[in-house]
Amino acid sequence: MSQPHDITAGRLPARRIEENFADLHPPLTAHQAAVEAARCLFCHDAPCTEVCPTGIDIPGFIRKIATGNTRGAAITILNENIMGGTCANVCPVEELCEQVCVRHTAEEQPVQIGRLQRYATDHLFALGVQPFSRQPDSGRKIAVVGAGPASLSCAHRLALHGHRVTVFEAREKAGGLNEYGLAAYKMLEERAAREVEFILGVGGITLQNNTPLGRDVTLAELRRDFDAVFLGLGHNEVNRLGLAGEDALGAHSAVDFIARIRQEDLTTLPVGRRVVVIGGGNTAIDIAVQIRKLGAEHVTLVYRRGASDMGATHHEQRLAQTSGVHIMTWARPCRVETDAAGVTAVTFEYTRLGPDGRLTGSGEHFTIEADQVFKAIGQKFSDTALHPPALHPHDLAADDLPAIENGRFRVDAERRTSLPGVWAGGDCVPGRDLTVVAVQDGKLAAESIHRELTAGPAAS
Amino acid sequence: MADLGCSIAGVRSPNPFWLASAPPTDKQYNVERAFAAGWGGVVWKTLGEAGPPIVNVCSRYGSVDYNGQRMIGLNNIELITDRPLEVNLREIRAVKKSWPDRALVVSLMVPCNEQAWRDILLRVEDTGCDGVELNFGCPHGMSERGMGSAVGQVPEYIRDVTGWCKQSTPLPVFVKLTPNITDIRQPARAAKQGGADAVSLINTINSIVAIDLDTFAPLPTVAGKGAHGGYCGPAVKPIALSMVSEIARDSETRSLPISGIGGIGTWRDAAEYIALGCGSVQVCTAAMRFGFRIIDDMVDGLNNWMDDKGYKTLDDFRGKAIANVTDWNQLDLNYKTLAVIHQDKCIECGLCYIVCEDAAHQAIARHKDANGKRTYTVIDDECVGCNLCSLVCPVPGCITMEAQDTGLPYLNWGHHPNNPG
Repeated sequence: MSQPHDITAGRLPARRIEENFADLHPPLTAHQAAVEAARCLFCHDAPCTEVCPTGIDIPGFIRKIATGNTRGAAITILNENIMGGTCANVCPVEELCEQVCVRHTAEEQPVQIGRLQRYATDHLFALGVQPFSRQPDSGRKIAVVGAGPASLSCAHRLALHGHRVTVFEAREKAGGLNEYGLAAYKMLEERAAREVEFILGVGGITLQNNTPLGRDVTLAELRRDFDAVFLGLGHNEVNRLGLAGEDALGAHSAVDFIARIRQEDLTTLPVGRRVVVIGGGNTAIDIAVQIRKLGAEHVTLVYRRGASDMGATHHEQRLAQTSGVHIMTWARPCRVETDAAGVTAVTFEYTRLGPDGRLTGSGEHFTIEADQVFKAIGQKFSDTALHPPALHPHDLAADDLPAIENGRFRVDAERRTSLPGVWAGGDCVPGRDLTVVAVQDGKLAAESIHRELTAGPAAS
Repeated sequence: MADLGCSIAGVRSPNPFWLASAPPTDKQYNVERAFAAGWGGVVWKTLGEAGPPIVNVCSRYGSVDYNGQRMIGLNNIELITDRPLEVNLREIRAVKKSWPDRALVVSLMVPCNEQAWRDILLRVEDTGCDGVELNFGCPHGMSERGMGSAVGQVPEYIRDVTGWCKQSTPLPVFVKLTPNITDIRQPARAAKQGGADAVSLINTINSIVAIDLDTFAPLPTVAGKGAHGGYCGPAVKPIALSMVSEIARDSETRSLPISGIGGIGTWRDAAEYIALGCGSVQVCTAAMRFGFRIIDDMVDGLNNWMDDKGYKTLDDFRGKAIANVTDWNQLDLNYKTLAVIHQDKCIECGLCYIVCEDAAHQAIARHKDANGKRTYTVIDDECVGCNLCSLVCPVPGCITMEAQDTGLPYLNWGHHPNNPG
């Protein structure tokens, strides 16, 4: 039996860690891009475009790559999705555009849309040109809260329309999950920071970092001081297991640890020899794969239901397995075992579906020894920042807060909340929690705000 | 196993696949490699007069690429052989001696006077070659010196030069025709009148393959300048097939043997030329694109196809398509086809819909169900049977053109009520 609490930094030599965190999918060469672009059939009313949450004209941009108009291809992408560069790397294309590609139907070999999108956007960023320009100043001011994908998309679109935008971000850097949440091997070389810089480069956007809503600024103030407010608050709380020992030394929130992987020197991070990951979403996969890449010897990912129920795509599950992660399904955690020094193991109970279709425990248990445990059982949006009792003890009237339904802001098709002058998007509104969906939320909200601010007096 | 043995104008070869007069047939080394690979014959790259050889430029070739495919068309500004006549003649003699069963025809181009032709023929005859091909087709360089297509564009010159050659040599005389002319039947008839044993066509087509958008020079470029060159490769096959068919159908030239040239890269291409009456076929671009090894599939594929069809010799299907090439005014105006989309094969790309909508007859309807599945259906009343949808469909057999029984008799334009004549 190995020593408990075997946690150490630098399990692997720095060079090995660097290799492990190299680009998951290396960029296409010009030749590869030409060959791949030639495979696109230039479908009419293309299924790929239809299924893309931001509605990128995919056959259109691929044709531009094929004709050598790569800059034009990038602009076609960015016109619909200003974070097209990030999305090219992190979109689950295997269940979006590439899944419905007619070449997938015909030959089970879709056009590699994601990699072509990266080829085009990398090309533009390498040129260092700013392809967008703003309309004349409208004199209108909009507050955007949060600096994640939804917010930055909204801010950029509003800035293009000539409005002035102030972005209030709680953390030290802008980018949201692009900066803090995405797996490091998908977001190399300061990609997120470069993208933020590119977006801000259009002008008209002021970024205020380290300015959390509820501490330094309130919704009421924003509504008072700005012509419109966009809330892109994202997920701001992680779900807890509700088990004893889950806060012991060696037990981590996967989200927090992923942020450290993105922000800190990889050779200084604490890495256990035996690691257990609890959860079945992409966050669970991301932490399991990355802790393996950092040198953990045994990584077991345990999910309470079956593989097809996992939030992680099949593609992501396969990535975990080929990275050496052992995936166990149909088991739920009962206890995080600890001693005085911290985590020693996790005890699970096998599960199955009861006759009523509900998940039940089988009564059989097993224990996996672990030096480190990562909790990745989901994140949620909390609205506490909207009514911070400590700083603003006065009661807010119910109609001063946007309505919340099923834990997220209720929004209409234009991403308007129930509160006049307040829009919302990203992970704090209903819909899939994907970067590309957040970008679309921000874009739709910006267009809605623009229409509202520029509409003439209503006809009587 | 069918017999691919070929005989044209008295020249025999074990198969009908010859390499055309071009860089691959410029010297003994290449030709012997070709014969070792299985080619049935070669037309040796064009010889000129004795004396200092011509000089070539650098660069020489330009390619038309399409949608990721290299060289669907190739052009060149290379001239006839730039090696001394004596060297070529010595090598031709050696090759023929080593490969007696292969066809070895020698291409010739000398100034337009009888003595020049008589001199070269005398020397070429001495090599033991099987025949000569008069190069009246080369459209660049040599034509500026009064040779090549400068001769091929004047039927009287063709007739006269062919006549001189026939009087000077017992060798079979092939006359190679230029397509850079309005009516291919005129030079073919002139060749016949001069006594030609066969015609070879087409030679290359006047062309500029591209303009370099940085230097604004044509490609290929020689020190910043370019000149029109001769175009060949898969892209020219339709033009060549049409010209071959015109000669095969013409009452004056229909008995004239034809060596077919133009975009032949596979056994299928060859079979099409033979179906239009060709005795042998000549290949260049495909060999320049892939090397001589393509001959393996050409022979094998033609053989298997002939076996499938029950053809024992090339003569069994030679010329079988000629009678089906007719004039437009003989086509049946009562014949009707309709496009049929086989839904089980459809991959929902929508190309049939958009091309019919934008560029044809608005005869395809589209429907999207609640699950986003698209269905495209032909509106029979609007469909004119033009083929466009079936041509753009990327899935083989997904859109077929089905003949309709109109119950109406054959009716051509000559008898159509709309014909004012």
